[in-house]
Amino acid sequence: MNTEAVVSIRNLNKSFGDNHVLRGIDLDVQRGEVVCIIGPSGSGKSTLLRCVNMLETPTDGTVVVLGTDLTDLDSDLDAARTKIGMVFQSFNLFSHMSVLDNVCVAQRKVLKRSKDEAEKIALQLLQRVGLSEKATAYPAQLSGGQQQRVAIARALAMNPQVMLFDEATSALDPELVGEVLNVMRGLAEEGMTMLVVTHEMGFAANVASRVVFMDGGVIVEQGPPAQIINSPQEERTKAFLSSVQQH
Amino acid sequence: MAISKRKRAQYIRFGVYALSVALVVAVVLLVDWSRLQGAMFRWDLVKKQFPGLITTAARNTIIFTILGFAGGLALGLFLALLRLSRARAYRWFAATYIEIFRGIPLVVTLLILGFGIPIAFKWQWPNPYLRGAVPLALVAAAYMAETIRAGIQAVPKGQMEAARSLGMSYSRAMATVIIPQAMRIIIPPLTNEFVLLIKDTSLISILGVTEGTIDLARYGRNGVFDSANSTPLIVAGLAYLVMTLPLTQLVAHMERRQKASGR
Ligand SMILES: Nc1ncnc2c1ncn2[C@@H]1O[C@H](COP(=O)(O)OP(=O)(O)O)[C@@H](O)[C@H]1O
Ligand SMILES: [Mg+2]
Repeated sequence: MNTEAVVSIRNLNKSFGDNHVLRGIDLDVQRGEVVCIIGPSGSGKSTLLRCVNMLETPTDGTVVVLGTDLTDLDSDLDAARTKIGMVFQSFNLFSHMSVLDNVCVAQRKVLKRSKDEAEKIALQLLQRVGLSEKATAYPAQLSGGQQQRVAIARALAMNPQVMLFDEATSALDPELVGEVLNVMRGLAEEGMTMLVVTHEMGFAANVASRVVFMDGGVIVEQGPPAQIINSPQEERTKAFLSSVQQH
Repeated sequence: MAISKRKRAQYIRFGVYALSVALVVAVVLLVDWSRLQGAMFRWDLVKKQFPGLITTAARNTIIFTILGFAGGLALGLFLALLRLSRARAYRWFAATYIEIFRGIPLVVTLLILGFGIPIAFKWQWPNPYLRGAVPLALVAAAYMAETIRAGIQAVPKGQMEAARSLGMSYSRAMATVIIPQAMRIIIPPLTNEFVLLIKDTSLISILGVTEGTIDLARYGRNGVFDSANSTPLIVAGLAYLVMTLPLTQLVAHMERRQKASGR
């Protein structure tokens, strides 16, 4: 087995009541890999991502992140989550806190960093996502693209070993998608391990090290982006890609 | 001759208006004002209420209210968290508590806790303020718990998920992310609850009072017995209004502002 796997998922199953959403997923993500997950709506992509940091509790199977089996009830979930950054479709910035406090609060309360240290790190990260001048603003005063970049900075402030992106640009106006994708591309180039659910085929084609196509709660097909996007083998993949390309 | 709907509405509006004016005029003309003033608003008796009205009665009303509110808020928050817990037994306990204390009149709760329990357990309330304020707090908690629970549930689910994904524990996320946001929603109804408590303290005196713990309503009532005149009660009523009106206006202001900001 490869010891470099940051995320290692085995036989993952998840049901919501009678709805069997994930049906035996096996997936490894190596350090530095950018894995893009594509697939039709309702195929279980978000649920898979949310199982990686246990926002959903799997019905069966194991999820090992950085050597810790998170399905083991003895594992320290809160500690593991600091190593797993997550970016949501709806941003989920803390609406009662300034941008700076959004990026600082978990550093201070979870990592117990000093105020000075946390703010220094926060300002560096805000600069990196191009928002240093917005440090004192509140989320409601920002555009969607700006909010999402703050959310990325907030996740990065914990020094995560892997980042999860769940349709990070789907809620954005088209002209704001680029600024968020650019930040994500920059992260990928720096070697961040990333698991990205996206409908942006351009991003998947150019940035992903691997593309995974999901449908009906299973991984139908996976491989290098050129292979999956340009010459898919499975009928379901072909059908999905042609439906996406019509937009 | 048929008249249009709009015309008819206009006539009705005018009729109601004219009737109201006539009623006011009738009251002004028919009431014997000097006699009313003699029975309900005698200046010498108004003056006699002071300073005791402020230094003792209003002070005690405020003490009972604040004790009841603080205790009710703490217990109400705790009950709200139990109501939202994943453990069914906790949810059930909180729901039962809330139903019981909302379903029994405050007077009955006051009597049971103020007289019944001490007699049954051969025990004495260590402090007359606590004897009145604890039953008040227990009942207030039941109402506040529902308000707080609704406020917490109005915070979008993504806020908790974002907090947990950053490694915060459930209670840490509640304290730093969810409850502060819920507060904005909760504060106007909690202020209303405070107003209700101010008025409810007037029931505490059925447990009996000492010279030192007398509240506004009982102070007014005693004044009536002493003077055979209603003026002291009118003064007490006005004293309640002095406390409650600013608060109800504040709530109205907060609600207008929340409406304006779309939340
Ligand atoms: N919390 C939940 N409760 C019940 N059903 C859910 C929940 N989350 C997702 N589902 C169901 O799981 C299925 C997959 O959803 P999801 O993982 O969000 O798909 P995708 O992200 O690929 O669009 C859908 O049928 C959805 O209705
Ligand atoms: Mg989804």
